[in-house]
Amino acid sequence: MDKNTDMPIYAVDEKSGAQGGPVNQGSPEPETTAAAKPTRTLWSDAWGRLRKNKLAMIGAIWIIFIVIVALTCDLWAPQWLGSPTQIDSSQMSELSKLPPSAEHPFGTDALGRDVLCRVIYGSRISLSVGILATAISTVIGLVMGALAAYYGGIWDTIIMRLADIFLAFPYTLFVIVLIAVLGQSITNVFIAIGLLGWPSIARVFRSAILSVKENDYVDAARAMGASDARIVIRHIFPNSVASIVVYATMNIGGAILTESALSYLGMGVTPPTPSWGIMIEDGQTYLATQPWLMLFPGLAIITTVLAFTLLGDGLRDALDVKMKDA
Amino acid sequence: MADEKNAPTKADDAAASVPSDLEGHVDAQGRYPLLSVQHLSKEFPVDSGVFASKMSKRVSAVDDISFDIFPGETFGLVGESGCGKSTTGRCIMRLTNPTGGKVFFNGENVADMKKKDLKSMRHDMQFIFQDPYASLNPRMTIGEIISEPLIIHGEMTDKKERLDFVRELLDEVGLNPEHINRYPHEFSGGQRQRVGIARAFALRPKLIICDEPVSALDVSIQAQVLNLLSGLQEQYGTAYLFIAHDLSVVQHISNRVAVMYLGNLMELSDWKTLYAQPYHPYTQSLLSAVPVPDPDVQRSRKRIILAGDPPSPIDPPTGCRFHTRCPIAKEICSKERPELKEVAPGHFCACHFAAPFPIKESSINL
Repeated sequence: MDKNTDMPIYAVDEKSGAQGGPVNQGSPEPETTAAAKPTRTLWSDAWGRLRKNKLAMIGAIWIIFIVIVALTCDLWAPQWLGSPTQIDSSQMSELSKLPPSAEHPFGTDALGRDVLCRVIYGSRISLSVGILATAISTVIGLVMGALAAYYGGIWDTIIMRLADIFLAFPYTLFVIVLIAVLGQSITNVFIAIGLLGWPSIARVFRSAILSVKENDYVDAARAMGASDARIVIRHIFPNSVASIVVYATMNIGGAILTESALSYLGMGVTPPTPSWGIMIEDGQTYLATQPWLMLFPGLAIITTVLAFTLLGDGLRDALDVKMKDA
Repeated sequence: MADEKNAPTKADDAAASVPSDLEGHVDAQGRYPLLSVQHLSKEFPVDSGVFASKMSKRVSAVDDISFDIFPGETFGLVGESGCGKSTTGRCIMRLTNPTGGKVFFNGENVADMKKKDLKSMRHDMQFIFQDPYASLNPRMTIGEIISEPLIIHGEMTDKKERLDFVRELLDEVGLNPEHINRYPHEFSGGQRQRVGIARAFALRPKLIICDEPVSALDVSIQAQVLNLLSGLQEQYGTAYLFIAHDLSVVQHISNRVAVMYLGNLMELSDWKTLYAQPYHPYTQSLLSAVPVPDPDVQRSRKRIILAGDPPSPIDPPTGCRFHTRCPIAKEICSKERPELKEVAPGHFCACHFAAPFPIKESSINL
């Protein structure tokens, strides 16, 4: 068979051009111009769409800002605002509950510590709990969801019923019980939140896999003789991970909220370590007279959680993922 | 590398270790079949799976079909949507497990193979899918897609050698080898199908199951892809099981054709005989629906229009599955299932009243 005759015209042009054969200079083919473009992956396409989403970008910038602050605050915050934990007992009465000023932008608390400094250090707790707890739930959720969806049948039934049982527990109470059993520490806070967060991730991932599994390329891989592990890692995972990225991003916000609630209830980090939840708990006594004690940590929680939600929303639109069971 | 292993050598291999099940399945040249499907059945159990509660019966998608494919030939399998032709292909490939019957490939029964043997079987049997959009992983470059079978089977472990081979393959299927690092979404449907073909040929298989490989393509591209397939077949001596619903496409490429209706084989013959002198009323009605590019012939010829839709495979008709729509059905048709019997040399038909075209005038719906 003469291959050239049955090829599309543009491919012939393109091919001869690439091989330095008789080049058809006359007509710039659309395909030839496409060849000049740098290769664009689906992820770079998604980044292009995300960049155009203003709200998502505001969220992303805020998150990056907080992360930088949390990572670097040891270098500059104590020199500027004093220690976030230490109490200077000699000056305590003069420094106690000062309103916001140039020297103390967010005011000071009842023990004379700078509120801004404590909010800054509190971000370390909130971010680490948010990210680590989500990482734990995501890893467990991914494995469970993958087992349920890929093998189906009895695995699916067992895992999904287990997830239903977990979801039926009163979440905050369960976390409190778990911390009471494990002992009160920041490590146990994110372990507890992480252990209880997997069912919803497993459900999202399971439904994502079930829809990806229907695609012919999964059958194609099986027809080639690919192992189950290879199919999951090379074919199913890359195509269903987008929904997990979206869900995990939003989940970080949820974990931050849970940590705040736990600290507020006295089950989270122990004083004097600053956490946004503890600061709200400390400040609620003075809500009527010194509202900044509660206002600023409250604002920190709201803006950070909102930022993760906005970013998650933006990622969903950018990756064009349909959320199910969320 | 497939050139040395062309059809005759292959048949000798098969003959050396021929199991008793292949006795009597030889073709005119005395060759044993590359693939022998014997009494294959597939029922989908409906009491398990996601939609279990919505159905209460079994779907009989493929019911007791048998045919042989010989080395290097193209075997066409035609039928309307839902007749079980794709399921047949998927059962042979073991993408779904058949519920009955045997499938001999290279003299070994695929139907009860273990995972390990399946992998080596899949070295020699490949699949081309209908949908060129769904069959390529959007997160992999076409270079990765085409080299994947080589990686899985541990061939060409040297990366440079492998990529050179992939470039050769791309050139062979009429794509620009420079595009090896592009993603599937940068290609048109026809080009993607060429990628699928290159992937199927990467291991130089002995049999490729083509599941409606051109039905998702523009008519202008269909001919190009069909020519490509037959060109590659000439070069490598690959056998095709060509599944299609379009008789004109099958005619274009097949040596022998089988017609399927509701999970049963209705007629099987070499295509010239089948098109010139169909015996089964279903085949006759299908052929009468193929447009003829001559207005005079088109106007004068008689069309057989079947009444109604195909019955549901959940509760198939008794006896001959076609009797509910057959223009010449008699009482016996609803009671006894007709066997696929030889009505002329090499021409098989499953009908109690098998007769060459044209069928009786009075029974034709004009």
